[in-house]
Amino acid sequence: MLDPAGALYWPAARLLAVADLHLEKGSAFAPKGMLLPPWDSRATLDRLALLLRRWTPQIVIALGDSFHDAGGPARLPAADAARLAAIAANHRLVWISGNHDPAPPVGLGDGSCDLFADVFTDVFSLGPLRFRHAAVPGAAAGEISGHLHPKAAVRAPAGTVRRPCFVADARRVLLPAFGAYTGGLEVTDPAIACLFPRGGRVFLLGQERLFSFPLSGAPRHRA
Amino acid sequence: MPELPALFSAWFAARGWTPRPHQLAMLAAARAGESALLIAPTGGGKTLAGFLPSLIGLAAAPRPGLHTLYVSPLKALATDIARNLLAPVQELGLPVTIETRSGDTPANRRARQRAAPPHILLTTPESLALLLSWPGAEALFGALEAVVVDEVHALAGGKRGDQLALGLARLGVLAPALRRVGLSATVAHPDALAAYVGASRIVRAPPGAAPEVALQLPAGRLSWSGHMGLDAAPEVMARIRAAGMTIVFVNTRAQAELMFQALWKLNDPTLPIALHHGSLEVAQRRRVEAAMAAGRLRAVVATSSLDLGIDWGGVDQVIQVGAPKGVSRLMQRLGRANHRMDEPSRAVLVPANRFEVLECEAALQGVAAGALDGDPPRPGGLDVLAQHLLGRACAGPFLPDEAFAEVRRAAPYAALPREEFDAVLDFVATGGYALAAYARHHKLFHDSEGRMHVRSARIAAQYRMNVGTIVEAPLIKVRLAGQGRSRRGPGPVLGEIEEYFVSMLRPGDSFLFAGRTLRFLRLRETVVEAAEGSGKDPLIPAYEGGRLPLSTNLADRVRALLADPARWGAFPAPVAEWLRLQRTCSRLPGDRDLLVETFPRGGRWYLVAYCFEGRNAHQTLGMLVTKRMQRAGFAPLGFVATDYVLGVWSAAQPTDVAALFAQDMLGDDLEAWMAESSLLKRSFRTVAVIAGLIERHRPGAEKSRRQVTVNTDLVYDVLRRYQPDHVLLRATRADAASGLIDLGRLAGMLERVKGKVVHMALSRVSPLAVPVLLEIGRESVRGAATEDDMLAEAEALIAEATAAADPPPPPVRTRERAGGTPPAALGAAPRQGRLFPP
Repeated sequence: MLDPAGALYWPAARLLAVADLHLEKGSAFAPKGMLLPPWDSRATLDRLALLLRRWTPQIVIALGDSFHDAGGPARLPAADAARLAAIAANHRLVWISGNHDPAPPVGLGDGSCDLFADVFTDVFSLGPLRFRHAAVPGAAAGEISGHLHPKAAVRAPAGTVRRPCFVADARRVLLPAFGAYTGGLEVTDPAIACLFPRGGRVFLLGQERLFSFPLSGAPRHRA
Repeated sequence: MPELPALFSAWFAARGWTPRPHQLAMLAAARAGESALLIAPTGGGKTLAGFLPSLIGLAAAPRPGLHTLYVSPLKALATDIARNLLAPVQELGLPVTIETRSGDTPANRRARQRAAPPHILLTTPESLALLLSWPGAEALFGALEAVVVDEVHALAGGKRGDQLALGLARLGVLAPALRRVGLSATVAHPDALAAYVGASRIVRAPPGAAPEVALQLPAGRLSWSGHMGLDAAPEVMARIRAAGMTIVFVNTRAQAELMFQALWKLNDPTLPIALHHGSLEVAQRRRVEAAMAAGRLRAVVATSSLDLGIDWGGVDQVIQVGAPKGVSRLMQRLGRANHRMDEPSRAVLVPANRFEVLECEAALQGVAAGALDGDPPRPGGLDVLAQHLLGRACAGPFLPDEAFAEVRRAAPYAALPREEFDAVLDFVATGGYALAAYARHHKLFHDSEGRMHVRSARIAAQYRMNVGTIVEAPLIKVRLAGQGRSRRGPGPVLGEIEEYFVSMLRPGDSFLFAGRTLRFLRLRETVVEAAEGSGKDPLIPAYEGGRLPLSTNLADRVRALLADPARWGAFPAPVAEWLRLQRTCSRLPGDRDLLVETFPRGGRWYLVAYCFEGRNAHQTLGMLVTKRMQRAGFAPLGFVATDYVLGVWSAAQPTDVAALFAQDMLGDDLEAWMAESSLLKRSFRTVAVIAGLIERHRPGAEKSRRQVTVNTDLVYDVLRRYQPDHVLLRATRADAASGLIDLGRLAGMLERVKGKVVHMALSRVSPLAVPVLLEIGRESVRGAATEDDMLAEAEALIAEATAAADPPPPPVRTRERAGGTPPAALGAAPRQGRLFPP
């Protein structure tokens, strides 16, 4: 089941998966001289908390790139670190490594707490599904991944709407990035398109539901 | 009147010239040490008037060091002025050095200019800001005697003008005896402009000969709607043939492309005709300008890219296709023809539809009456102030009290409250967030005496890479792909189009650009590759903010013209007939009231309000009125906003119409809408870039412009949620209120029509309402709909279309579903015929 907030929920397993939280992406720019509003981790965790209340999952999977960089865990504000630790304490947390965070996070916040995830891994399998950070071309059916931050542009009669989206076919699902400062990659980009050689569907995130379109896009309205 | 030194009078006499009175008046002001604003029409010897005192001063007392600084809005103008100044300097044998400086100046020359400056330096506001940010600025400018600001009317009132005003204030501190000279075209508020320059004297040149302007209608039917004016292409072509050199001005880049194509099809004798707009490759634009100057062209189709600029001399006529939108803008364009003030410029206005006939006629009368538009001065942007303060720190440490006093000397910031200044300074230093963060990364820190220092050389380098207040939507270069075997290498770059437009293109799509029909091949890294090609219905790149709204002054004139049938004699017969019919079937919009018509048509109800407040204000009004109609149960379905009217359609009949336009709509509804509006996000992007929250350029990372930064929409959402009173959000709202949302104008109208809403409940569409009905489907129509509604509609449309065209989906291989309940989406199999192309 795809949640319009950008998460995947599997009721039979009571499993919630989110991708690419990119926590502390904002603060990663500070040494470069860009002092972005410092609430992106809070905003991301607020949205995650909403989902945890909605679905009350047993298993929570973070599909990699959960921290934007290796310094992210240490920069996480203490309050946010405590919330993350609470999620780990109350759920079976599966922490999948990503290209931005290949190692498990240590010394959250001021270092006073660590993240006690139940599983640190590259690939997590359950039933027919395999959860990993980046999709592998030619992987067997049942692959759930993030990494690519898919988004799509749809032309409606009244204008164009761009939103993050899921991309799915019978073999795999790509999750949109969940982080507050994470941008997106157009689904028409070869990096995404090559994963769906036989087409597929995109599901754009909405306030209350998803909007589904064939991967080859919306109707063209010519000026 | 002061006497010219003998050398100079001899020079004038040798050329058969006599100094003009305003040139001498400017000299008198300079001798008295006074700053002055010169208001003169094009061709009035303005430049010489500005420089004459400096040349005379340098001739009398030669000295090393920077003597006069010239600032103009265009690099090209600076280069041209340098050329024009060199002539008298050489002929007079003056020991005066003249150089230009802009972003194009090679780095070694720029460095040398700082160490050993010329006597006269010609530059742009951005380059001035950069010069001021170097630690040596005090030495460089300490002996500066004069600063000449050209085309000051084009700078004041905008963000570039704010930046320049702050730079001038800084110069005033570095060189206390500095004399300021403003050169301007005729303006509506000369006193405000004089205050901007800091001039104590206004010198006026006699107005030039009155322009001769005619109206040209297309042969045959006069269009009811549309803005492109392509119907009149044969008449435009005939006029091009009959004249030596013509500039055809249009209002948007898209219109320029279309008009160029339309003219080219009619161009049997293949006259040399060129295209000029702001998205074309700079080198290409320079070639067109050079060809114009050399008299090798018969016509140029241009946008505002040619509004300002160098004197090409031989332009014989100007043709304005589409409504001029403002009297001042029209005068500026008329002035491009015949750049000599004693000869009338010849011009032709070509309205694209009936309403534009009204607007053109009103503009003609405005030109005749010399009634210019002009908004009263507005407070300077806080984003620009932020950029300036960082630059100030890059030049050397400063005390906030001193900087505040200095900033207040700039006219746009004369009333800046200290709290606001402090908030901006705090933003620059720390980000200005309520949550303490980034302590180790503050951009500015203060020492024990309270002086602000920039934290590192890297921050200063970054500042210098990002100086400027012109923020464009992300652009992508368009390159012609090499063709055939003989041309292996990449083809020429044609110009840039918006990334947004590129994302809509698919391989094989054709689009109009740079006067050609191109076929989109691929996006390779950050370059669009395209081939020459043809195609039916090519797409036309659209650009943000391409269209200026109708000016308040011109709108008033249109209203007055409509309300006074005695003045309709000037209109062509079909237009006068159209207005008479309107008077019979409904009524005419009054001078001071607000006419609102409602009528049923095709199972819907239409509401048309004749506000004449410009597209931006109407767009905002549309959002607010539909919201109210929704609450009142009228079930609005959508609206369209033109420069003249707002049209709304709904499922139910709107009643109590006056209440829909009550002033109190500018309360909670407005707040709620503004919070979500994409217009605010667009404004925020500009503010964030200018203020330095987001960088445009990174040292050493110039390669991919698309990837450099964070998405400002996301930053906006987070900031609005966690610190809605942040200084950048205040700056964003102020910008949008005077720009894209045009709140000032909307509020003014609601106030004006209070108690004067005239509702005509008609049984059918009125003559005046026909054009707006035709705009529906042509203009982008915004419903009361949210983006979600738009997505739902698109989804339903596709479902409908594919259900009819596609075979049923192939059976899903059930084996994949075994062993668990997969997410529902996995079951949604791809449909044949809609597959992604392999």
